[in-house]
Amino acid sequence: MEALVLTNVEKRYKTGVHALKGVTFSVAEGEMVALLGANGAGKTTLIGMLTGLVRKTSGAVEVFGTDLDIHPDDARLHIGVVPQEFNFSIWERVLDIVVDQGGYYGVPRHVAVPRAEALLQQLGLWEKRHAIARTLSGGMKRRLMIARALIHEPKLLLLDEPSAGVDVELRRSMWEFVRGIHARGTTIVLTTHYLEEAQELCERIIILRKGEVVRNATVEELLAEATSQSFVVTRGDNTVVDVTLEAGTSVTDFILQLKKEGVTVRDIRPKANRLEEVYLAASQ
Amino acid sequence: MNHRISSVAYFTLTRKEVSRIFRIWTQTLLPPVITQALYFVVFGAFLGTRIGQVGGVSYAAFIVPGLVLMSVVTNAFTNVASSFFGTKFQRSIEEMLVAPMSPLVMLSGFCTGGVVRSVLVGGIVLVVSVFFVPLTMLHVWLVLYFGLMTAICFSLFGFLNGLFARKFDDVGIVPTFVLAPLTYLGGVFYDIGNLHGVWHVVARLNPLAYAIDGFRFGFSGYATTPVAVSALVLGAVTVGLFVLTLHLLRRRVGLQS
Repeated sequence: MEALVLTNVEKRYKTGVHALKGVTFSVAEGEMVALLGANGAGKTTLIGMLTGLVRKTSGAVEVFGTDLDIHPDDARLHIGVVPQEFNFSIWERVLDIVVDQGGYYGVPRHVAVPRAEALLQQLGLWEKRHAIARTLSGGMKRRLMIARALIHEPKLLLLDEPSAGVDVELRRSMWEFVRGIHARGTTIVLTTHYLEEAQELCERIIILRKGEVVRNATVEELLAEATSQSFVVTRGDNTVVDVTLEAGTSVTDFILQLKKEGVTVRDIRPKANRLEEVYLAASQ
Repeated sequence: MNHRISSVAYFTLTRKEVSRIFRIWTQTLLPPVITQALYFVVFGAFLGTRIGQVGGVSYAAFIVPGLVLMSVVTNAFTNVASSFFGTKFQRSIEEMLVAPMSPLVMLSGFCTGGVVRSVLVGGIVLVVSVFFVPLTMLHVWLVLYFGLMTAICFSLFGFLNGLFARKFDDVGIVPTFVLAPLTYLGGVFYDIGNLHGVWHVVARLNPLAYAIDGFRFGFSGYATTPVAVSALVLGAVTVGLFVLTLHLLRRRVGLQS
């Protein structure tokens, strides 16, 4: 079954900005998909539209077979969202924020409290459960939003740049957590600026450029598309040059060729990873 | 939407709103009681003895219903306007907007908070007034009707204000430029039956004048306007505000880009 189907979705703001232009794609149940794109590509508009915060101009959206326009409440029951910016009351207690969110989805308090406590434990916020949200660090606030998004056990989780502004260690632990949710069958759509994150977590990548889907392929397919790869080469005399190799050219062969020509190579390292090359080519 | 989900969502929001009132009780419950007690002392005890009787009761007893209703109006409005706008300002309103929470549930939850706070403050002010003025309550049901209906009416008005407000100034300006004239020209301190000319017309166009008049009738049995008319006007304004606010909320006016 398809968890999410978007058909010709358009969003034109009153200011005239055409944020989404005929966006069409689908996400299968149980998939983890990344939405990649530069700032202003339309990623957050798309997430806002799926969660009812942005009104689409035209097109159709189905969530687990339920039309978002015809039965918005039924569709929203399936969705959990972690927005890009903090959007909870900073004066509330951590546990209350999560439990109240459950209540808005119809989860009774006697069910929501133990569920929220378990989530806070899993996300390393147990010690802070009675703290006022204002006192949390940036990383903790982001984890709090993940706990809040999961309180009603959604089948589709939307993560809008979940690891923005968090340190490397925390990002890694967040990835583990997200992988765990995915392993339990939750469909995940995540927007990110980190290609490494998309490559590490997702099976498929959708690249948006100026409101349009320009690529929609599996990670393997995208990697296979790389026609070249750039390297930074440090020569024996410590001068540095950028080198671009055609796909299929062996780096070892390239170094041997340089040796033959009397050039000593002290160091060679990729300037960008292959996925980045594909992404840059698609998003420009 | 499923009634079970709606009722859980309603009780969640109501619980949150009511606990907020008690959490910041020094801002929500205490100040209006002190202000109204001062009114009783100045207008009731000091000036009232020089004015004599109005509508068959002492001046102090005459102004008590108006002062109680003034607390109800101010607290119902302020609670809902500030709480809803604060939620909008912090963007925590999105917690409700992304959930399958109907506009009716959202409106009811916020307004219940306003009604609870205004009834609490009104009740406390009424109890405090007994220390200054001997009171009678001839028609309890009318007191309850006008008290509750005014609380609902001004909670809805507060919600409407919060819906359109874009900055805190937009919320703070209404009590000064709208609520204060409505209450002071609505007959809290005088009998609107004594007004003539343009002031009489102004009083007749003021829905709060009907609320105060009817509420006062519940205490002393004295009213300028037939109580049924006052009850109908207040009821009609409340229903009108309810329909308008719900319609705007359904269209997510001010909440969706």
